[in-house]
Amino acid sequence: MLILECPYCGVMADETDLHGGGEAHLKRFGPGSSDDEFETYLFHRKNPKGVHFERWRHVSGCGKWFHAARNTMTLEVYGTYPAQTYEPPKELVAKIKKKHPEWGGYE
Amino acid sequence: MRRYSAFAIAREAARYHTGWERAWKSPKPKKKYDVVIVGAGGHGLATAFYLGKNFGITNVAIIEKGWLGGGNTGRNTTIIRSNYLQDPSAAIYEKARSLYETMSQDLNYNVMFSPRGVMMLAQTEHEVRGYERTAHANALQGVKTEFISPQRVKELVPIMNINGPRYPVLGALWQERAGTARHDAVAWGYARACSDMGMDIIQKCEVTGVRQENGVVTGVDTTLGQIDCDKLAMVVAGNAGHLAEMAGFRLPMESVALQALVSEPIKPCIDVVVMANTVHGYMSQSDKGELVIGGGTDGFNNYTQRGSFHHVEETVRALVETFPIISRLKMLRQWGGIVDVTGDRSPIIGKTPLGNCFINCGWGTGGFKSIPGSGWAMAETVAKGEPGSLAGEFGLNRFTEGRFIDESVAAGVAH
Repeated sequence: MLILECPYCGVMADETDLHGGGEAHLKRFGPGSSDDEFETYLFHRKNPKGVHFERWRHVSGCGKWFHAARNTMTLEVYGTYPAQTYEPPKELVAKIKKKHPEWGGYE
Repeated sequence: MRRYSAFAIAREAARYHTGWERAWKSPKPKKKYDVVIVGAGGHGLATAFYLGKNFGITNVAIIEKGWLGGGNTGRNTTIIRSNYLQDPSAAIYEKARSLYETMSQDLNYNVMFSPRGVMMLAQTEHEVRGYERTAHANALQGVKTEFISPQRVKELVPIMNINGPRYPVLGALWQERAGTARHDAVAWGYARACSDMGMDIIQKCEVTGVRQENGVVTGVDTTLGQIDCDKLAMVVAGNAGHLAEMAGFRLPMESVALQALVSEPIKPCIDVVVMANTVHGYMSQSDKGELVIGGGTDGFNNYTQRGSFHHVEETVRALVETFPIISRLKMLRQWGGIVDVTGDRSPIIGKTPLGNCFINCGWGTGGFKSIPGSGWAMAETVAKGEPGSLAGEFGLNRFTEGRFIDESVAAGVAH
């Protein structure tokens, strides 16, 4: 079972206490953007085999949104961090890169 | 190819079964084919079969990284139905269902199609209204379904508790000619027929790159070397996004695990397929007596082919509530498959940004039932270079244009 540490309340929450929110750090496109940009924002998602950054909500706990770095092949969790950021923390990216040198890094 | 028949069994019995031939050949790949199909699951093999049968294109290779039918074709709960709400979905799923009716004869291979009837329970007022609407839509689409009363549900499935405390059964959407088929046999039957037409089925051959020149596909790199082709058809599940990346485009979908389980075998007790979408579970009984059970997908991207444990609990809880007599059964096996889910829960069939490269993917949780219809539509798309009437609405461009075939609300859980 997937267990994530909520970065706000520090609880080790299992997946029944959580709700997945899909890819993290989406760049939003609204009025004035091209059709392609809007389509990409609405529908295209990274679907990696391996390291993935996601949004999660601690629904049965503090109710807040946070981010998690996770491996979609092994279900390994690299870490969680608060949602008030546009990209993953550098330390976390470095930690994953150290573990998986072949990983292309966060784009 | 020697035909299978009662006479063939008698003949082989008389000579100690020494004369059966391999159902399909396993050749080395040639340098070049007219069409290369990536993925030897049900959809890929059906595409190849209808390319040969409907369009006379037989210089075809079907390449598969694992073994034939070892992906979701061998991992589903074998349900076949076509009671969809939206017109394009009803058309392609009904085409598939009607092809299943005669598939054993067409392929000379017993796929054990059993039109035992599929029942989708309505357990809330919303569902009653939704299924009545679907029944009316189906009448207009030429798909034979009806909305039946709780009493009729009880007659058809005596083991069901229709007066449950949480969600009493208020009626059901009933499709009499829907049912199940032997999933492996569908892949094997198509493979045998394709091999007989002279097509090459190449297993344990993984695509590692897509070759292109001036925006047109020229071939693929594989673990067995380079294979050139005029046209490339990607017909895979669980890896479509990965393959699309090799070809230089992205797909609007994500991969999640969907799981199923079977109970220990018991005496025949249920002879229809029951789907209960409000409580999240569906069940039928296999010919071996096992109850075949399915539920929901995981709520997050993953490629593990396992599935979350709590979904098993949810599904079994729902079914015990609906069928109290199964509460003491042991579950024998559980497995998962990776399904590609699109934004509107409908598949993608059609052209790609890369010339002469076609894609058929994103069937989500509803792939098995659509195999013959999907192959039929994809073969037409590949042969003519343009999608025909069945595939037309399912193109990639529908996401840019906002023309969704929204089955996520129409189908609920088990789709």
